Amino acid sequence: MSLEFSDKTKKTIYKIIARYPQKEAALLPVLHVIQKEFGQISAEEEILAASLLGISQVKVREVVSFYTMFNRKAVGKYHIQVCSNLTCTLMGADNVLNFIEEKLGIKPGETTPDKKFTLSTVECLGACEKAPSMMINFDYYGYLDKEKINKILDNLE
Amino acid sequence: MKEKVLSEHFSIDNFFKLDVYLKHNGYQAVTKALTELNPEKILKEAKAANLRGRGGAGFPAGVKWGFVPQNGDKPKYLCVNADEGEPGTIKDRYIMTHNPHLLLEGIIISAYCVGINTAYIYIRGEYENIALRLETAIDEAFQKGFLGKDILGSGFDLDITVHRGAGAYICGEETALLESLEGKRGNPRLKPPFPASIGLFQCPTVINNVETLSNIPAIILKGAEWFCALGLPNDGGTRIFGVSGMVKNPGIYELPVGTSLKDLIFKYAGGMKEGKKLKAVIPGGMSAPILKADEIDIAMDCDTLMKADSMLGSGAVIVLDEDTSILDVLKIITKFYAHESCGQCTPCRIGNSWIKKIVTRISQGGGKEGDIDNIARLASNMLGKTLCPLGDAAAMPILSIVKKFRDEIETSIK
Repeated sequence: MSLEFSDKTKKTIYKIIARYPQKEAALLPVLHVIQKEFGQISAEEEILAASLLGISQVKVREVVSFYTMFNRKAVGKYHIQVCSNLTCTLMGADNVLNFIEEKLGIKPGETTPDKKFTLSTVECLGACEKAPSMMINFDYYGYLDKEKINKILDNLE
Repeated sequence: MKEKVLSEHFSIDNFFKLDVYLKHNGYQAVTKALTELNPEKILKEAKAANLRGRGGAGFPAGVKWGFVPQNGDKPKYLCVNADEGEPGTIKDRYIMTHNPHLLLEGIIISAYCVGINTAYIYIRGEYENIALRLETAIDEAFQKGFLGKDILGSGFDLDITVHRGAGAYICGEETALLESLEGKRGNPRLKPPFPASIGLFQCPTVINNVETLSNIPAIILKGAEWFCALGLPNDGGTRIFGVSGMVKNPGIYELPVGTSLKDLIFKYAGGMKEGKKLKAVIPGGMSAPILKADEIDIAMDCDTLMKADSMLGSGAVIVLDEDTSILDVLKIITKFYAHESCGQCTPCRIGNSWIKKIVTRISQGGGKEGDIDNIARLASNMLGKTLCPLGDAAAMPILSIVKKFRDEIETSIK
């Protein structure tokens, strides 16, 4: 069975493609939309993107495998990405990561059995003044300590 | 009180909304540029302002615009570099969050000056919420006639699209950005040809950083002379310095180009956290060679830092205190560049990965005699031997650390 978009998503995608003089240029934004809709970019989603833009699947794979934000396997409902770059490490990112690992019982790259959380480390998020920082889905959190992390994670449904 | 060009209104509620922006003289610069000035006059003013690129390279923006051939029949493009990925750098996030219309004004004026009708804002993928804010700002500007067809009756058309990246540091490099914007892997291109003649979709292209373009409206309203006087004659204006690390008040500080690094840390950012001693400073984002504590009595401008064998880069200052292990710093730097090398050029791909392996081994207690020399040799072999500056960006901080803190690293080897 091939993947189907909702009509709303279809419209969004056609609007995106129209912004570029060459269809292929819409690949990154289209992949973002696909990932939002289907939760991952596996082979099936690659074929979908390829057919939308009139390019081969291997071209899509080349791109998906280059960029860190495209998940080739689905992540949990909340994707926690803890910055492991310089300023955050100076300010205690290791403690943040250790604490989340313990709290959720998973290591970076893993997802909780209930599929609620996936944990990753990430390079600089551009939020160094609030170090240590992390991103959950697309929301930024800074000045992290144990108390704050408990509050943030416990409030996620 | 120092004069602020970019951040003056950051604390005003809802300043990102067009109606609030218009109440504070918003779009006056665009109105002046499109109804009173011609492109030649704007180019002259931009050149005279000596506005150096705020992304890292410090190249004068006006000169860059002047490279674009004006007699061809191909469309021309403006790409706004909002891929803010240089570790330590936070300034563009602030500008786009709090003052998106200032950036749009800068884009409109620059595009009008160079004769460009299509602009793309290439923003790092993680900034999804900011990308949405920019799209809202663009919609607002369209509705008021500041974008679209025949802007303010000038006959000039401009369309802006926000394009999100997807997590690759290399895409902040201008030709990798172009590849990525064309829907490909972010592998940098061989230069020449430079993007000014053959860039996006093989057409003449201008690529400017967010902060660079955001300075244009003030230059149009107040003039190049005023702008130069704010900073230095050959490096005009202010910079939004981002200070992070072991200081009391990390954050952004918009100050004149040429402000002393010492003042930035001790006067503006409140000095060292918990009364610790300063050990070293990375003055311009992670790629900038490190300065020791006794080297910080220095002016923060492109030329002065270059003379001191470092770099103003993106103006991102990372402060290290006496408790920081320099080996830990080296480990994070080498891990980062090994991860972010696109893999296209052998010296960078192999060099960074080997340096990371050696540094990791040292930090696990397995250091051997000759390791430091090997790190330096590998780093030297990346310098100037790659298509893009990532090889240099990795080699420079590594070489500076190995040179300035050799004794400390040696204690971890014995």
